[in-house]
Amino acid sequence: MAESVVDASELSAAQKPQISNETAVEIIGMSKWYGDFNVLKDINLKVKRGERIVICGPSGSGKSTMIRCINRLEEHQKGQIIVEGTELTNDLKKIDEIRRDVGMCFQHFNLFPHLTILENCTLAPMWVRKMPKREAEELAMHFLKRVRIPEQAKKYPGQLSGGQQQRVAIARALCMQPKIMLFDEPTSALDPEMVKEVLDTMVGLANDGMTMLCVTHEMGFARQVANRVIFMDAGQIIEMNEPNAFFANPQHERTKLFLSQILH
Amino acid sequence: MSDVAIGHGQPFVRKEILQPEPPPASLVGFSGWARQNLFVGPANTLLSLFCLALATYVAWIMLDFLVLRAVWTGANREACIGPEVGACWPFITTRFGQMLYGFYPAEEHWRPATVFFVAVALIAPLLTPSAPYKKANALLFFVAFPIFAFVMLSGGFFGLRPVETRAWGGLLVTLVVATTGIVASLPLGVLLALGRRSKLPVVRFFAIAFIEFWRGVPLITVLFFATYMLPLFLPSGWSIDGLLRALVGVSLFSAAYMAEVVRGGLQAIPKGQYEGAMAMGLRYWPMMILIVLPQALKLVIPGIVNTFIGLFKDTTLVAIISIFDFLGIIRSAFADPNWATPGTVYTGFAFAGIVYFIFCYGMSRYSRFVEERLDVGHKH
Repeated sequence: MAESVVDASELSAAQKPQISNETAVEIIGMSKWYGDFNVLKDINLKVKRGERIVICGPSGSGKSTMIRCINRLEEHQKGQIIVEGTELTNDLKKIDEIRRDVGMCFQHFNLFPHLTILENCTLAPMWVRKMPKREAEELAMHFLKRVRIPEQAKKYPGQLSGGQQQRVAIARALCMQPKIMLFDEPTSALDPEMVKEVLDTMVGLANDGMTMLCVTHEMGFARQVANRVIFMDAGQIIEMNEPNAFFANPQHERTKLFLSQILH
Repeated sequence: MSDVAIGHGQPFVRKEILQPEPPPASLVGFSGWARQNLFVGPANTLLSLFCLALATYVAWIMLDFLVLRAVWTGANREACIGPEVGACWPFITTRFGQMLYGFYPAEEHWRPATVFFVAVALIAPLLTPSAPYKKANALLFFVAFPIFAFVMLSGGFFGLRPVETRAWGGLLVTLVVATTGIVASLPLGVLLALGRRSKLPVVRFFAIAFIEFWRGVPLITVLFFATYMLPLFLPSGWSIDGLLRALVGVSLFSAAYMAEVVRGGLQAIPKGQYEGAMAMGLRYWPMMILIVLPQALKLVIPGIVNTFIGLFKDTTLVAIISIFDFLGIIRSAFADPNWATPGTVYTGFAFAGIVYFIFCYGMSRYSRFVEERLDVGHKH
């Protein structure tokens, strides 16, 4: 256990690309309610460009809700969220602008089952970025190659395995050439045999310097690529630290309990 | 080569990976199929035999009346009188023109005939997936064709003699009402369904009020109101063509039903599809048109075609406002003393039944074809 931590840190230190000083996402005093229920409480977080954040915590802790606020799939009621210098408000233009810069992958992939893999990837570039079809297809093939799945381009999502579908979902998000990628439990719905292929793709993305916020329980992934690990519970950030310290020496009782439950 | 039976406490390692074998004979061929589907156990076998007997009996009765005992030629009722006479086909053939066009002037029959053939020439490639130029084809059918049909049928332009809609009838009216209703009700229904699920309270309220109003009244009432009461509410000197009023009534009526069918489809689309689309920056209309509606409409093709078929048959209700559609013309022909025989009514209704069945079964088969074509073997 202790050894593997050291190994991971050496590996990641060598691989981790430079983090810039510019801010990608800034969340200031953000709170959110579902009706009477206070689902997020006073969230404060600053993410620099190129930084990779892993967010973990028990179910219902608000971790998914938090990252879904960043691209306005959920609305926050208090505080500020600033993405690439634009503050999220009800202004539809600003929401569009931010969604163009922020890619997202979901637990259940959310590919469009009536479109081929290629069409899934070209849709947003063509309709949102107004890219010509041929150019969009070249771009899509480029990213499908990058997730190592170009031979499936003409198939439909239903014909692919879960792992392949999630890699397509990553490629689809990348086709919008986002500056930030959000991952909402990308491996939780996968068969055990397929987790690795998706994680490898995400590691590749991290090594290329993408700004990433990942909600995941893959602690190996957190050790390998994360700059910071955030532990959330009951709608608030309980602890945040760089991965080695986070895993080796958790401070808060709740964090210790959680880690003891998942790292058997 | 099979391994030894695996017993308790014995470790087991497979030495050879098994290859698939062909299924046993009891699973393949017609006899295999029949054994598995028709003759499974005594109750199933009995039911199969009973249904087979019933089907044979009904088929025999129809064949006997429509073909074997039928009269094929004749000039008037004399030909069809007799105790053993079945269907009286000359009654149909002598009145065939009227059944197609109603009281449309005989020397102008070429006009509806032309419209009909142009319609077929445009619809057939539109419904054939492999036919090219879909966009131009759709544009021609949905935009140019209605204008062409209106000019040809009503006349009054280009030296064509005006023919009042009161003179239209027969299959012509049935097809005009049904096609207009079908083409108008689907887009209207989609808009109403989207409206009913809108986040804007005013839009939602309007959609709900519209749908519930039109679903809450019988079509006969709608047609009756449109024909006899609407003129009372219009300023004097205003008049709207009777057939047009029926067309609008039928379209709005079926749009309300269509809206509920489409809403069923929209509700079946998982939230993740909306989120996937929104996360990529698609706004409301592109999201609906590119992602949600194609999936929702595909799911409810059976319901949509069900509504179309219902609409097609409901067109017979225009009889209530003195429009002689296909069935209306046939019924009016029963009063003709030249053809008053015991078999006339049966022949007329049998013929009407056959024609309506051909159209409705055609729609039904086409919907199956589309469903199979769009099935790309997926789950969400």
